[in-house]
Amino acid sequence: MSDILVSEQSAPGPGGSGRPSGRLLEVEDLRVEFRTRDGVAKVINGVTYHVDAGETLAVLGESGSGKSVTAQTIMGILDTPPGFVTGGQVRFHGKDMLRMADEERRRIRGEGIAMIFQDALSALNPVFTVGFQIAEQFRVRRGMGRAEAKKRAIDMLDQVKIPNAKGRFNNYPHQFSGGMRQRAMIAMSLALDPEVLIADEPTTALDVTVQAQIMDLLAELQRERQMGMILITHDLGVVADVADRIAVMYAGRIVEEANVYDLYAKPAHPYTLGLIDSIPRMDEKGQQLRTIKGLPPNLMNIPPGCPFNPRCPMAQPVCREKVPPLLQVGPARASACHFAEELVNRV
Amino acid sequence: MSENILEVNDLVKHYPVTQGVVFKKTVGQVKAVDGVSFGLRAGETLGVVGESGCGKSTLARVLMNLEKPTAGNVVYKGQDISKLSGGALRRLRRQIQLVMQDPYTSLNPRMTVGDLLGEPFEIHPEVAPKGSRRAKVRELLDLVGLNPEHINRYPHQFSGGQRQRIGIARALALRPEIIVCDEPVSALDVSIQAQVMNLLEQLQGEFGLSYVFIAHDLSVVRHLSDRVAVMYLGKIVEIGTEDEIYERPTHPYTQALLSAVPVPDPTQRHNKTIIRLTGDVPSPISPPSGCRFRTRCWKAQDVCAEQVPLLEIRRDSDHPSACHFAEKREIVASHEV
Repeated sequence: MSDILVSEQSAPGPGGSGRPSGRLLEVEDLRVEFRTRDGVAKVINGVTYHVDAGETLAVLGESGSGKSVTAQTIMGILDTPPGFVTGGQVRFHGKDMLRMADEERRRIRGEGIAMIFQDALSALNPVFTVGFQIAEQFRVRRGMGRAEAKKRAIDMLDQVKIPNAKGRFNNYPHQFSGGMRQRAMIAMSLALDPEVLIADEPTTALDVTVQAQIMDLLAELQRERQMGMILITHDLGVVADVADRIAVMYAGRIVEEANVYDLYAKPAHPYTLGLIDSIPRMDEKGQQLRTIKGLPPNLMNIPPGCPFNPRCPMAQPVCREKVPPLLQVGPARASACHFAEELVNRV
Repeated sequence: MSENILEVNDLVKHYPVTQGVVFKKTVGQVKAVDGVSFGLRAGETLGVVGESGCGKSTLARVLMNLEKPTAGNVVYKGQDISKLSGGALRRLRRQIQLVMQDPYTSLNPRMTVGDLLGEPFEIHPEVAPKGSRRAKVRELLDLVGLNPEHINRYPHQFSGGQRQRIGIARALALRPEIIVCDEPVSALDVSIQAQVMNLLEQLQGEFGLSYVFIAHDLSVVRHLSDRVAVMYLGKIVEIGTEDEIYERPTHPYTQALLSAVPVPDPTQRHNKTIIRLTGDVPSPISPPSGCRFRTRCWKAQDVCAEQVPLLEIRRDSDHPSACHFAEKREIVASHEV
């Protein structure tokens, strides 16, 4: 049972200011483009979201929607080139990290914000033992001696419920199973007690029974430590289980933000509606699945107006001309659709 | 009920584990598929679910006759397919086709779509005489919802979902009776996945195809399948109609698997009990004695270590279940709305 923190703040949306707002982590009007040989891909086109202590924000989107690039920008691990931040802010405790000195930003990584990745095998260094890689942080960042760092690392492995943590300390990543590796990576990311954890598709590569174990573990650790968590995923099932709030991304924009119950009960954007409708459901077995027609846009050539308009069943002429801003459509929810009111108010 | 067009009898596929470079010796066997039997009826979809390493892809390879079984056989309309060769084998291959998981690596990047889809006709010229092949290819593209004008494009010019359509078109080219789909939608995004699943259903209706549909996503399998087989460590642990498996599962592994599927409905999050399995799947090189699931099973007794439970109808199971203690259990079924 998770204690759900319903965000009591006014709806997210544009028009925020640069002043500190007491939020833990805020992304505001972030813009990122990839300059490639073939042209400029506008990957993030004004993303605004925030996460507070103890809450889980799920960022939901399909491949290419920009959910991972946003996370990489927050962490400061965006590959530059080709990726360039062209606007916006990422504020941690009110301070813009994009304009920080490298040294200051480095201190935030690990201690302030940590990240876990989808593929634990490539995120861990294959030539060092798992224990060493965790202990390293205590030695470098906390100035501990070898023995004490080892003790703390074993303690971390214990916390993520790796059986026989002491014996596992000297194992290499390849000696761990997929689920164990993911646990080791969680141990590593939580070693310095971060305030925010970004989990980028943490269970996508895992089997469903192991996925349940890992999601449980993450939820438990988050509750204990009152971390803010950003869960990046494409899986509508996982989101429904753990998220407090959801931000849905499409073509580098947030198209809808709402608390998890509102979003599933009454999506305020046709894209969200389409996603929820395309999950196979048993009461419609034997019937055609409802689908979203067409394909996501090419980010080098995003259609004018609403980026979703070529695929949208509700599209009107206005959708091809004006980009709909992310506007409040109810208490603590926002949608970037010209017809959001009609969607929410439909019976 | 129609007859079985494909029968799998006690199929076993072991891969040797060797040691040494010059003097290779076999030190063990990976028991990838270890005694699997089922029948596939004409026009039906048999779903095969299981976690990674349970042998579902090996099963697909043996069904396709890409691997020879270590023991047991696959019988297509009375013929043991692993005993065929030459022309007979070529004729058989027309009837059983494969759709692979990864639409990026399963298409040759240097061939145009026209060549990719035309190649089956070169191997089986009796299906389409030379002059009519381009027209056939256009027809295929149209059939799977691609623009026939794109016949000269290369795979990289298509998106993942479109490439999977090309893969399906290629499998359809020779008008097979059976298509083995090995995780055909798991690499695709949700909105695209639904499109491809609809296409598969539509084609089945149109051509009376039988599918062996292998996937790890239980809701996808449920949507498409008439019958479902659940695999664990090289064995089928439970098999039955879609209703029997999803509504009345009796094997503890099936129950755990179903309970772990995240339900896309936040109002259900506190109503369901997830059966938490501890540990990982044991190595298929030395699977546990008796029932292979016993190391992770909460019901395990001494008998489970001693006797291999047979896949059969049991007192508390109206469909075959390979558990000594098979019984129904309330599971909040996935995606039940």
